[in-house]
Amino acid sequence: MKLTLSHITKAYGSKTILNDCSYVFDKTGTYMLMGPNGCGKSTFLRICALLEQQDSGEIAYYDNSSTLAKNITLRRRLTLVLPRTGVFNTTVFKNVAYGLKIRGLEHSTVERKVNAALDFVGLGPKADQHARTLSSGETQRLGIARALVLEPEVLFLDEPTASIDEENTVIIESIIGAMKKEGRSTIIMTTHDRDQASRVGDVQLIMKNGKIEKQDL
Amino acid sequence: MDSILSGFTRAFDLIFHLNAELFGIILLSLKVSGLALVIATLLGLPLGAMLGLKRFPGRDIVISAVNTLMGLPPVVVGLFVYLILSRKGPLGFLGLLYSPTAMIIAQSILAIPIVTALCHSAIVNVDPLIRQASRTLGATQRQETLAIIHEARYGIISAIVAAFGRVMAEVGSILIVGGNIAGYTRVMTTTIALETDKGNFELALALGIILLLLSFIVNAVLHTIQRKGMPAA
Repeated sequence: MKLTLSHITKAYGSKTILNDCSYVFDKTGTYMLMGPNGCGKSTFLRICALLEQQDSGEIAYYDNSSTLAKNITLRRRLTLVLPRTGVFNTTVFKNVAYGLKIRGLEHSTVERKVNAALDFVGLGPKADQHARTLSSGETQRLGIARALVLEPEVLFLDEPTASIDEENTVIIESIIGAMKKEGRSTIIMTTHDRDQASRVGDVQLIMKNGKIEKQDL
Repeated sequence: MDSILSGFTRAFDLIFHLNAELFGIILLSLKVSGLALVIATLLGLPLGAMLGLKRFPGRDIVISAVNTLMGLPPVVVGLFVYLILSRKGPLGFLGLLYSPTAMIIAQSILAIPIVTALCHSAIVNVDPLIRQASRTLGATQRQETLAIIHEARYGIISAIVAAFGRVMAEVGSILIVGGNIAGYTRVMTTTIALETDKGNFELALALGIILLLLSFIVNAVLHTIQRKGMPAA
């Protein structure tokens, strides 16, 4: 996977969030993006995940320019997990199956993949439970399972442990660790926690003045 | 008091002996209101969804107008449809006045704003995170819209049930455009009005009981559907 960002700029009204931001993600592994609240980390992830359009600059996956947020084929190879998971009003199983169903996969394939993803995040026994009865930590694991099941080439995690307890944070970090071992996805994750960045990340980045800089480990 | 009790007794007698006139009236009521509801849903749901999901100039005015139309006085609708369908009206050549079709048109006009406004309300109340979730999972614009509508499904069912309640209980407009013709345009509510006027309370009471029963059944089904969709406590 190679993701190249060239001179990305994004502003909301008079406030510039990303200012001529450039970076190349060219390794399979976990990139940790840090920075204070409101510095533009989430905006950065949304632009990288082709969910929001930058004002100027270029994003290229595999050296192909992908500035259009409507590029659904490419967009489906990337997945973003938000800090708060929006849960569909149905079972845990159907929540995880959603992304596969909209891609038109067969029922048997959906069932196999969803069960594997739920087992991976430790929610296998809760497959038939209503998703809105899960704890906040479990809900966040559900969000990760819903992304994982799609086997994205790039998985964006926007502060996945920001609003959950320590126990679930440990579980989610171990899930990320297991994903790293499998080596199928490049993970780009934002966090406030420097210790977490050291524990989980291969590359640490910091967002400052709307730009990304690499931090030495 | 005795006349009320004897009225009830005879009413139950009519119901349990499957009185042909009674059941003809019930069937026509269900047909007219059912078709009006189908039309109202086919038009009101997409309109409500559009108001809930799209931003366009004048949207707020349209929402206010739809909300106002929810309280349309039935007699005004009846008068309006009468003028349109009467011999001298713009659609008089169709010869629809005093027919079940005219009643369906009047009831549809009453039900469309209800379905539209309540569907709009159900859709705007869907958690914004749902839209974001479906988008991040690779949904197209159409799939995203369907996900939101699916999420609002219980509110949408409530909207349809509310509209059904309104049209089933409606009397003013269908009396004007249907004419209350026995065996042709006479439905439950117009029969109740007529028989009460004539002092024949048995049929009126029997139909009143059935109207209440229908309302109870519809609400019980709605409650069951909604409970199924709720997370177990």
